[in-house]
Amino acid sequence: MAKLELREVIKAFDDKTVCDGIDLDVEVGEMVCLIGASGAGKSTLLRCINLLEPIDDGAIYLDDTDIAEPGFDPLLVRRRVGMVFQSYNLFPHMTAAENVMLAPRRVTGRSRADLKDEAEALFAQFGLVDQMAKYPDQLSGGQQQRVAIVRALAMRPEVMLFDEITSALDPQLVGEVLDALRALKSQGMTMVLATHEMGFAREAADKVCFLKHGRILEEGPAETLFQAPQNAETQAFLARALK
Amino acid sequence: MRFAYSENECQCDQHWLDSAANSSILGLNATHGEFLRMKLLTTAAMALAISATTALAGGHLCYEGKTLTEGKLTVATGNPAYYPWVHNDAPESGEGFEAAVAYAVAEEMGLTSENVVWVRTSFDEAIQPGAKNFDVNMQQYSITEDREKVVDFSAPYYSAPMAVMVAPGVTTEATMASLKELKWGAVGTTTAVPKLMNDIQPSSDPLLYGDTADVTAAMQAGQIDAALFDLPTALFLSAVMVEGASVVGQFPADEAENPDHFGMLMEEGNALKECVDAALASLSASGALGEIEAKWLQDATGVPLIK
Amino acid sequence: MNKPNAAGMTRRQAFEARQRLRSAVIAATSTVVVASAIIWAVPRAPGWEKVQASFFNAEVFARSFPKLLDAFLINIMIFAWCAPAIAILGLLIALARDVRAPALYPLRILGAAYTDIFRGVPVILTVYLIGFGIPGLGLPRPWNSPYIWGSLALILTYAAYVAEIFRSGIDSVHESQRAAARSLGLSERQVMRDVVLPQAIRRVVPSQMNMLIALQKDVSLLSFIGPVEIFRQAGVFKSLLANFTPYVGAALIFLAVTIPATRYADYLMAKQARERS
Repeated sequence: MAKLELREVIKAFDDKTVCDGIDLDVEVGEMVCLIGASGAGKSTLLRCINLLEPIDDGAIYLDDTDIAEPGFDPLLVRRRVGMVFQSYNLFPHMTAAENVMLAPRRVTGRSRADLKDEAEALFAQFGLVDQMAKYPDQLSGGQQQRVAIVRALAMRPEVMLFDEITSALDPQLVGEVLDALRALKSQGMTMVLATHEMGFAREAADKVCFLKHGRILEEGPAETLFQAPQNAETQAFLARALK
Repeated sequence: MRFAYSENECQCDQHWLDSAANSSILGLNATHGEFLRMKLLTTAAMALAISATTALAGGHLCYEGKTLTEGKLTVATGNPAYYPWVHNDAPESGEGFEAAVAYAVAEEMGLTSENVVWVRTSFDEAIQPGAKNFDVNMQQYSITEDREKVVDFSAPYYSAPMAVMVAPGVTTEATMASLKELKWGAVGTTTAVPKLMNDIQPSSDPLLYGDTADVTAAMQAGQIDAALFDLPTALFLSAVMVEGASVVGQFPADEAENPDHFGMLMEEGNALKECVDAALASLSASGALGEIEAKWLQDATGVPLIK
Repeated sequence: MNKPNAAGMTRRQAFEARQRLRSAVIAATSTVVVASAIIWAVPRAPGWEKVQASFFNAEVFARSFPKLLDAFLINIMIFAWCAPAIAILGLLIALARDVRAPALYPLRILGAAYTDIFRGVPVILTVYLIGFGIPGLGLPRPWNSPYIWGSLALILTYAAYVAEIFRSGIDSVHESQRAAARSLGLSERQVMRDVVLPQAIRRVVPSQMNMLIALQKDVSLLSFIGPVEIFRQAGVFKSLLANFTPYVGAALIFLAVTIPATRYADYLMAKQARERS
């Protein structure tokens, strides 16, 4: 697993600044939750870390390498940093197993047969062995999202990014996905989550950051931030979110 | 001298047509050649009986009450009309063989040249059912038995042998054996097609086109070696349209299926037919038709016969 | 409320059954009325006998139909080699218009220019210009064949349309699919090949079926530059017999192919609409 350091990260779309000088440290095996209203810049920040969006200024260190250096090969980064999205984004024309094996096949050149055991082990770990041969539209939302997690894990990433992965789920399906995250944490995965699940953040996160207008207004251990927020904006946000 | 053009004679001609149609249904099919020969004989016989100023019958002119527009003869030609049948696509000038014949026939029927009106039609418009927008249509229509079932033709105003035009650089002998091996083209709407398929029987499938311009384009593109046209058209195209092309031969005029006889196409049952036929017969008898032909169609002598 | 009645139907079901019966009776009655009106009226039109003799002549039909079928084999042959070539070229153009690498920018411009030009010119003009023009440059036989260049004209024209359809399919694959694929470490090329294209192609199958049906008819345009396919063959008969019945025969042959194909395309469309909803 790797650690992650963000320094003065700036990202703007046209003239709208979405990340306005973000500093963030994520230690090996740490789970960091980003909270804040929609549009605060959480998702964009995750996409920047994965280099799906190039940043305008600042640095992102993945184990001391500045991956935001212009010209750095994004493919190398993405193979080390996995990402799961709010809308699952499984490939609808492939079975769950094919979804999971696609990237390892293409990137490492290994065959399906070669990858099958590994894939099966990952599916087993998340209670999905019976779903391997199914197509995404035959799976529930919770199952799809767990397959998406398995798909990202198949590349053996060192850091995992989760972008509001429970927001599109029916409430009764949220639990199974959060369980998957807990399991990952117990394995020592370095994780950054953008989430609206305040209860989960409070219970599982090592560190919580509150974002507004592309800035981290407050950060700290979950317990501290939820129990005694210092910043007035954080207080207002939590008052609304926890109501 | 005046001649009373009796109703009976006219019906005779009509009877003859009916019997031709009947015989084909009975399977006693007169060959195409016989059909045309008989038609020519009828016309010639009529010509003997009619003098040059006989358009009047019983004190009035034959065409009266029979034309599309009273007092005018509406003549259709192609769009465009091709040389040497019409010069410069301007039939009003009376220049070109068919344009000249049209004016001669009109005059013979008692119409002045100002009363000849030109329209343009395609072949399809000419044969479609329903009222026509012309009295007669002149576009080198070959008279055939099958066509006679649908439309009427005047007596022939020209007999054209079929001729072979070859592309620049193609060497062939004017024999069937040698012609067979060429890559052939023709205008798909003409009687050149059955001639080609039945008599020449080329060894590779011929290419067929919509009009002469497309045939010459294909010849210039090197896609065909040879094309079959009526002789005047072939001579014109080889001399003017396709540089280096030549006419290597014509089919003997005494062949049963040949030469083609061009007639003016009319709506079936058109009452004007008797007037047009009478005019053509007298033009033919007086030698005027021959003079028009000599004036407007190139001299076809020197084109060898195909054996 | 859901108590079944004597026929084992709920009140709602019984009501709907009555409605269906009523609709069926009305539809059948109106169809019969319209059909009999046509059957009664058309033969009473003053020109009907001439139209019948000219368009629906049994004797002419019998004489021409077998040869029309023969000629239709040429259409099938031309179609058979054009269709795959169009699919491949169309896809390549769609991809060319989608490339994002700056070095390949000229390819994007070419792709755009190509589709604009070939969609803007009537097919028949392209057939003439390419079919007579390129061989006129002096190519030796058999490389100047109207079959080759006429087919190329069809391929170029149809590929332009097909490319646009492929492109709409590519665009219809949501950006999040690309993002997900890229986040896994796949290259742009792999994203396109493994994730975007398979979905895009599936989505445009019904539209492409309609292009195939149109192509099947437009093959006849090659007749203008020489090949004696069904339309030209019908034209030859029309001229010799001065009768339009061969065209009716040709139309029947076309319909025998295109109606099932059209139905199938509609079925695919409906199926896809159901799946999306």
